[in-house]
Amino acid sequence: MTAQTLYDKLWQAHEVRDNGDGTSLIYIDRHLVHEVTSPQAFEGLRLAGRKPWRTAANLATPDHNVPTTDRNKGIADPVSRIQVETLDQNCTEFGITEFKMNDVRQGIVHVIGPEQGATLPGMTVVCGDSHTSTHGAFGALAFGIGTSEVEHALATQCLILKKSKAMLIQVDGQTDPAVTAKDIVLAIIGHIGTAGGTGYAIEFGGDAIRALSMEGRMTLCNMAIEAGARAGMVAVDDKTIDYVKGRPYAPSGEMWEQAVANWRTLVSDAGAQFDKVVHINAADIQPQVTWGTSPEMVVGIDGKIPDPMSFSDPVKREGAAAALKYMGLAANTPMNQIMPDKVFIGSCTNSRIEDLRAAAAIAKGRKVASNIKLAMVVPGSGLVKQQAEREGLDKIFIEAGFEWREPGCSMCLAMNADRLEPGERCASTSNRNFEGRQGQGGRTHLVSPAMAAAAAVSGHFIDVRELQIGK
Amino acid sequence: MEKFQTLTAIVAPMDRANVDTDAIIPKQFLKSIKRSGFGPNLFDEWRYLDHGEPGMDNSQRPLNPDFVLNQPRYAGAKILIARENFGCGSSREHAPWALEDYGFRVIIAPSFADIFFNNCFKNGILPIVLDAAAVDKFFKAVETTPGYRMTVDLQNQVILIPEGETISFEVDTFRKHCLLNGLDDIGLTLQHVDDIKAYEQKRKQQAPWLFN
Repeated sequence: MTAQTLYDKLWQAHEVRDNGDGTSLIYIDRHLVHEVTSPQAFEGLRLAGRKPWRTAANLATPDHNVPTTDRNKGIADPVSRIQVETLDQNCTEFGITEFKMNDVRQGIVHVIGPEQGATLPGMTVVCGDSHTSTHGAFGALAFGIGTSEVEHALATQCLILKKSKAMLIQVDGQTDPAVTAKDIVLAIIGHIGTAGGTGYAIEFGGDAIRALSMEGRMTLCNMAIEAGARAGMVAVDDKTIDYVKGRPYAPSGEMWEQAVANWRTLVSDAGAQFDKVVHINAADIQPQVTWGTSPEMVVGIDGKIPDPMSFSDPVKREGAAAALKYMGLAANTPMNQIMPDKVFIGSCTNSRIEDLRAAAAIAKGRKVASNIKLAMVVPGSGLVKQQAEREGLDKIFIEAGFEWREPGCSMCLAMNADRLEPGERCASTSNRNFEGRQGQGGRTHLVSPAMAAAAAVSGHFIDVRELQIGK
Repeated sequence: MEKFQTLTAIVAPMDRANVDTDAIIPKQFLKSIKRSGFGPNLFDEWRYLDHGEPGMDNSQRPLNPDFVLNQPRYAGAKILIARENFGCGSSREHAPWALEDYGFRVIIAPSFADIFFNNCFKNGILPIVLDAAAVDKFFKAVETTPGYRMTVDLQNQVILIPEGETISFEVDTFRKHCLLNGLDDIGLTLQHVDDIKAYEQKRKQQAPWLFN
């Protein structure tokens, strides 16, 4: 038999039919639903008199619009409130399980799927959200879809897809202990560019990837979309299986053994052919900070803002110049001289327990610098929040001067009340530094949780290793 | 979905790379539970001088005179030319909804982000990939020729430009078929109900834990 990539195996296992025109009908095992991209899809079902094909395949939660402060007061913005209420009504009408705003299991869809075991190895997972690539960390084929496809998945449990090309990004060797999954993925995006993965499904491999925890692999796959790839994935190993075991939606007993035997095959075969292979040397990766308005505009903390004139491609040169103008930054400024106004630790990229532990380790015994107007920590789910509180992380953050909030997407995209004011600069653990992403006129620098906490207590970006020395 | 066959229209330029879906339609407008009415907020942060929120009377808002689509020469444009990686970022279908509601039916760029590209076809918009040099030629022609128009013929997969040249483009067979006929692909998939049921039966044997 021909050696197959992990992507080939996942594709083949879900192909309902080859349509003979370059597309296939692909079966969807898990559909995650949130309030922003689903109302028009449910409305479409109603107008056509259709019902969900397999109700149990869907799991819903509100995350984008929910407030991160006192939830007993409900949602102040009436437009946000209607969107969340519409999700509640649609889930009731169509019989879909929903973790509502005040359920402890509520959280960001890409945090709760894995947390509940609703994301399993070998699944196809879709959601009307580009960061669905996160779930590929489990050896799943997971990708974001638009609202028309949300409706299609609801109505037919399938999608019409064209197979992507396969790319292997091999991160060889070991990273410095201070370098996290976030730094690895930002360095990858800096290397291949935000369109480098367009048309590909990316598998991440190599020693540095195997060394990552499941939380780290989720961070990595989460940002595959920022490299242009709809799907990112990591092969199954013991860490994957250990993480899934015992979770509410995971199989148990005899079926668990059967599932594990199947999941063990979810690796690319030796000699499998990829359309493109990229090698990255793990030891070269420094803690990363973005300087512009695209995730590819990134350098190590030891670096400087590049001079736009140094780009030979005129489109890139103009892009860099426009980005610096928007960011209010000058070429050749050392990264560690840049001073944020706000610090945001959260988002589907970096709001899991390991992320909060890493940030708390830096915050412990320190104080948020006086020039920082707001430093906030937004856990990814109610259960992450509970876990962090059991570990006393909330107290560490609060004592240091951070705000400890309720779970949701929050200031990653500022659909709720959490946002930057025009001109404000933010050290953010989220995934996009686009213009206006965190609030109109807001300026975003993407970093890891430890680097965000380090910026909060130092008042400027700083190599986190300087704070780790002597600990 | 509205059919797309041929279109002759004014061409507008969007001369920057990596135009993301946050720029195409900012997040505050995603709170709508409808799929229409996004056109007045297309490129909202670039297009107006004030901060836009849902429910505002957009006709009363101050326009940014420097923003390209506010220039009278591009009024009524239905074809947009753009740079690399157009539509990157979020999967929000509100982006093609806003472009379509504004009037755009064709977008030509050297590359598109995958999810956005796919979403366009679901909404009667034809995204066309041409090499960067060909797109660059269009930018120059549009800049030097006020009222520059072209014809896009999907059936024959060609663009006809005023200079008399014909430029051919690629499009997937299935997507072309759906666009030419204005087909809803849920209806097409439901023609294969028996295949889906047969797959589920087989899969339940192989991987029963997926059906718990």
